[in-house]
Amino acid sequence: MKAPSFAYARPGTLAEAFDLLERHGEGARILAGGQSLIPSLNMRLSSPELLVDITGLAGLSGIESFSKGLRIGALVTHAQIEKSPDVRKHAPLLAQAAPHIAHPAIRNRGTLGGSLALADPAAEYPACAVALDATLVIAGKKGERRVKAGAFFKGLFETDLRPAEILTAAEFPPADKAVFVELARRHGDYAIIGLAGTQVASRKRFVFLGAGATPILAGNASKASSLAEARQALGEDLDPPADLYHSSGTKLHLARVLLERAWNTL
Amino acid sequence: MEHALDTTMTVNGSPVRRRIPARQHLVDFLREELGLTGSHIGCEHGVCGACTVRVDGDIVRGCLMLAVQANGCKVDTIEGLSDSGELEALQKAFHEKNALQCGFCTPGMLMAAQDLVVQKRRCSREEIKRHISGNYCRCTGYQAIVDAIEQVLNGQS
Repeated sequence: MKAPSFAYARPGTLAEAFDLLERHGEGARILAGGQSLIPSLNMRLSSPELLVDITGLAGLSGIESFSKGLRIGALVTHAQIEKSPDVRKHAPLLAQAAPHIAHPAIRNRGTLGGSLALADPAAEYPACAVALDATLVIAGKKGERRVKAGAFFKGLFETDLRPAEILTAAEFPPADKAVFVELARRHGDYAIIGLAGTQVASRKRFVFLGAGATPILAGNASKASSLAEARQALGEDLDPPADLYHSSGTKLHLARVLLERAWNTL
Repeated sequence: MEHALDTTMTVNGSPVRRRIPARQHLVDFLREELGLTGSHIGCEHGVCGACTVRVDGDIVRGCLMLAVQANGCKVDTIEGLSDSGELEALQKAFHEKNALQCGFCTPGMLMAAQDLVVQKRRCSREEIKRHISGNYCRCTGYQAIVDAIEQVLNGQS
């Protein structure tokens, strides 16, 4: 199908973008890589009055290491994350996760910021951000604010972003060890279930995607001292909703399979 | 606000300037406005890969990019890559290995495969499969396509 009619603007500065977003309110949508927004327009699942294309904004496309980890601009694409030596060195969890996102032609356009701001429950980066305890940098007319990933994802496609705000970057602290595993029917398809795992000193964090409305931190499994204990505890952490093909029980079973793989890797 | 924008791009080496409705995606523009019907439209929501084209050297879904977003970009389609001879080895291998039947997916499949060829490295069959995982073929069962790409990448016959 074809997208409905909309207006399009490509602001050159954040200030211009905030003005457009403020002026058009709910009728405006932010366009970054467009790999989720444009299909939803083509299928007429959404019909904005105005697309505010933020890809012309300066300063949102960098990957830089700093004292507290790695800062990645919102407009950095999945392909750039996949290929970046800095990401491999300072945030290997993201380098492991990126190849699972869709397919090469989509990874060339889709962005980190877009994925985080959309907050698809089956997406890879939100789970990685929670597992790494990332800080999301949000800009608005009144200035910049920072939100921990754990508090950013509030519900199904629902985040802490307020009207006329733009997610500009994410900061990922280092982890001693990291592992990303995912199960999908076909490479690049939406995950049936996935797991981002990190270890800092002796503290493990297991965060599941595709297991609920938001990334789910498996608190009990993360605290377990043995794999058997963790597998058992996962039943208290997860109550995954069934999808078209997999019952809740199947998903919990698959989550335990991934937990075992991750545990043995960390 | 503007619902159509003056847009300039280079398509297969030729400069193009048009006023383009914001809602028109790139592959519709290429097909409907420029007559470049080699890029096909299958699912129109980013699943099938039939519309794969190259923008500034990277393959993209032509249906998931607005034509106005290609302003200032270099766009290459199956017609350009075919005429320049860039795809010659892949086209020959697809022919020899019977890697197409109805041919609907073939332009997108060739664009995706060429993206691997330009990386100039040897690939396992698994890597080839992963690379073309975003391109649907409903005829061949894929094995012949992987054979053809493998032949070009690794020089196997």
